[in-house]
Parts: sequence; C-alpha cells; structure tokens
Amino acid sequence: MAAPTVREDLRAGARAVAPMLVGVVPFGLVAGATPVTHGLGGAVAVGFSVIVFAGASQLAAIDVLGSGGSAFIAAVAAWTINLRLLLYSASLAPHLSRERLRTRMVVAYLLTDQAYAVCISRWGRDDDPHRRVPYFLGGALLLWGSWQLSTIAGVLIGATVPEDVPLEFAVPLVFLVLLVPAITNRPAVVAAAVGGVAAVVGAEVGAGKLSLMVGAVSGIVAGTLAELRWPPADSEVATEPSG
Amino acid sequence: MSSAWLAIALAAIGTFSMRAAFLVAAHRLADVPAPVQRVLRQIPPAALAAIVVPDLLRPRDHLDFWTPELAAGVVAALVIWRTRSTALTLVVGMVALVALRHL
Repeated sequence: MAAPTVREDLRAGARAVAPMLVGVVPFGLVAGATPVTHGLGGAVAVGFSVIVFAGASQLAAIDVLGSGGSAFIAAVAAWTINLRLLLYSASLAPHLSRERLRTRMVVAYLLTDQAYAVCISRWGRDDDPHRRVPYFLGGALLLWGSWQLSTIAGVLIGATVPEDVPLEFAVPLVFLVLLVPAITNRPAVVAAAVGGVAAVVGAEVGAGKLSLMVGAVSGIVAGTLAELRWPPADSEVATEPSG
Repeated sequence: MSSAWLAIALAAIGTFSMRAAFLVAAHRLADVPAPVQRVLRQIPPAALAAIVVPDLLRPRDHLDFWTPELAAGVVAALVIWRTRSTALTLVVGMVALVALRHL
C-alpha cells in the first residue's frame, strides 16, 4: 500500500466529516461547560471527553451526577445512550474482517455516529478493503480532535455562561437531533413510542434514572415484534452491508 | 469528585465494550445474523426516545403535558426534521425555551 494513497484516503475521510463539525463543536462546548456549571470541574469534563468519547452519553452521565445520582446510575444512563454503538459495531465489522485486532480496537475507540455515517455510505461501493481504515481514521481523528478542543473551550467559557441560558436543555435537544432521523419506518415509530412511554411510566412509578433502561429495553422488544409483523423494505435496512 | 471519576471509568468500560463487541470478532464474522440485526436496528429509536421523552414530559420530576420544555422540544423536533442541522436545532430549541419561560 503506497503512502500517497493513504494520505489521499485520510484526507477524503476528513473532508467527508468536515461539514458535520458545525454540529459537533457546539455540542462539545456544552459537554465542556455542563460539568463546570454542575460543579464537577473542568478535569472531569475533559476526562469524560477523552476516556468515554461519546457526547450524548457524557451529558446523560453528567446530568445524573449533577443531580446527586450515584456513579453506577450515571454509568447505566451512559450505557443506555450508547447501546446504539452496538449496532454500528455490528454494521462495520464485516467490512473490516481483514484488519488486525489492534487496528479494529482503534476503530472501536473512535467509533461515533458521524464516523459510522460517512463510512457505511461508502464501504461496499468503493471496494478496495485496504483503503477503508485510512478513510475511517481521516474522519474519526478530525472528529476526535475537534471534540477535545471544543470540550476544553467549553470548560473555559462554562463558568461565564449566564444563569438564564438553559444549558441543561441541550441534553434532550442533542438526543432529539439523533432521534428524529432514526425514525425511518413503522417499527422505528413503535420502538420510539413504546420506549418513550415506558421510560415515563418507569419514572412515574419511582424507577429513577433506571427508567431509561426500562424504556430502552421495552422499546427494543416492541420494535422487534413490530418488525416481524411489518418487515421493512430492503432499502430501509441500513445495517446490512451491501458488499 | 471521586464519584465522577468512577462514573467515567464505568461509562468508558461499558462504552468501549459496546463499540468493540462485533469488531473484536470481525475476522470470523462474515455477516451479522439477520435476527440479531433486527434487534440491533430497534436500539436507536428506543434508547433515544427513552431519554428524550421523560426530559420533555417530566422536566420537574412529575408528569406534566403543559411545559415550556415540551413546547420547545416540539419546535426543535420540527427544525431537525426539516433541516437536519444540529447547530440550528440547538439554537432554536434554547431560544424557544427561554422565550416560553418568560411568557
């Protein structure tokens, strides 16, 4: 594999992810500022961004910690949000079957909504399997760097955010941004409706933040049953690698 | 403070495990079985709705169908549906919430 090709693929991946930074940077600012406004400190904000590196789940965990919840409940909230990474892992794995374990573990650490989105739309069409990892890394590393820098910027401005700005509302907004495009067919509507209602019912009967997991599991079961009842058209099934 | 770092460690271990789950077996995984894919496909709508809906319907820890959060959330959902712009959705949602709270 010639070096110029690798550089070209790195650049192509970065170019594909670049427009998404418009959404990532404000989100990173919130991930940096929220722990500071919750009194957890800047080191915790950067720790979440570097070690966990999964934006929406960081905000969910910080939300739990900020309202006095335990570390375990905060982690359960983060896991629930990140369940969708299982889907991405399963979807990309068949495309990377030739890669060494170490390479696949680097891909795993850097796997995000954005990196997944740009790769899955290209892999299986472009078919030199050797060029997949450089393309992934070009996008994923640009995203990683932007996420860390915007988190640090958020830490620095966090303390200066006026009381009136409802930063905590960025949490449900960020999830809405991911949720709305995920509702692609009838089973997805069922999964979302049951997931949302079950989480509310769980919270009403006193399950606390565990109501998240109750809602997610109920929604997954309901969506699976709905899909058996109404099988989606092939074009809607984004997880199947086309190659 | 140490509770926050424990949360980071637990969240990171679980998150990395989920990211790596199928990638670790990729060399002997020609394809993910269809029934497994069917379950996995339900995760994004189910899990995301489970966190969004309670935040909009019980912003002060009790069920309420008439809150500024729910109204601002509906506005934000329309923005993301029509534009797919994360930045615009965050700004419109926040501004809507501040405006509705001051009504």
